[in-house]
Amino acid sequence: MARRENPEINAGSMADIAFLLLIFFLVTTTMNVDSGVSKKLSEKPPADYVPPVIKEKNIFEVNINRNNELLVEGERMEIKNLKEAAIAFIDNGGGEGKVENGVATGPCNYCKGERSESSSDHPNKAIISVQSDRLTEYGTYLTVQDQLLRAYSELRNRLSLEKYQTPFSELEEAYKKDKENESLKKKVEGIKTSYPQIISDAEPTN
Amino acid sequence: MSKFRKKKKGMPAVNTAALPDIVFMLLFFFMVTTTMRETDLKIDNPRLPSASEVKKLEHKSLVSTIYVGKAKDLKYGTSYNRIQLNDKIGTAEDVPAFIINARSKVSEAEVPFMTTSIKADKESSVGTITDIRLKLRDVNALKISYSASKTAD
Repeated sequence: MARRENPEINAGSMADIAFLLLIFFLVTTTMNVDSGVSKKLSEKPPADYVPPVIKEKNIFEVNINRNNELLVEGERMEIKNLKEAAIAFIDNGGGEGKVENGVATGPCNYCKGERSESSSDHPNKAIISVQSDRLTEYGTYLTVQDQLLRAYSELRNRLSLEKYQTPFSELEEAYKKDKENESLKKKVEGIKTSYPQIISDAEPTN
Repeated sequence: MSKFRKKKKGMPAVNTAALPDIVFMLLFFFMVTTTMRETDLKIDNPRLPSASEVKKLEHKSLVSTIYVGKAKDLKYGTSYNRIQLNDKIGTAEDVPAFIINARSKVSEAEVPFMTTSIKADKESSVGTITDIRLKLRDVNALKISYSASKTAD
């Protein structure tokens, strides 16, 4: 029954608890980093600019109406099917590629599409045109952009895995860390030009 | 009997040696998680759309942000198409001045790397964004980023 005289509270492990909490918060807190879908606008065309004539089959037309519904190549489509449709279009490879600096790129030898006559000739000729209504919701518009970008990144990834056995994102990451590396730069740029992102925003309808 | 009397000797003082640790811990925690906002939001915090192909914005000093959303002040109405530049509500017409002002703050060599981040609410209309985009093109601010939160897939 005897009690010892005023035992002090042992505070020796207080620091451990404090560190535990600190580490817990450090691990679980997500810092809000600004991130977004980046895009490069085209330059303002000069007044006397005549747009080049583009074959109908090389244009993939995406329309979004004011009720946020999608019309792709004249047919209604759900957003979740857009990526597959875009991939089929870009990767079709039905003809010759464009002539760049006097060098013809020739037919697409890495494409795995149907090589249909009525779809795009070559990924570097395939243009995706997005037209939306002024009253379309921005959220829908961005989802569409995102799906199209995903189509491109899927194709790039496939090509990168085939050629270098590494996903494209890893290749890009490695290049970012080591900007001097010429062979990496060549790889990254080679894949980027194989599947260039050509998404144009048409003037919205009223 | 004396053994029983001894317990009436006041409470022992709580050891406060670890108090600084706790305080520092809280301090570090807040230091790490706080992000400073340079401008007050005059619009409701935009509910960003989500996307999977997002890239991080680097070089904070080269980013100028345009907010689009519903104004907090009801005199601007309740549509989601109000544009905030710096700390006041403006129109698309004010965008070129805003960009030129932002450019004057960085060295000339860095101007081509400047990015405009558009933080728009998902219910904003594409028309507003297009107006901003056209104005940005007029002043040759071609790098833009549509702010979005990352989805898992």
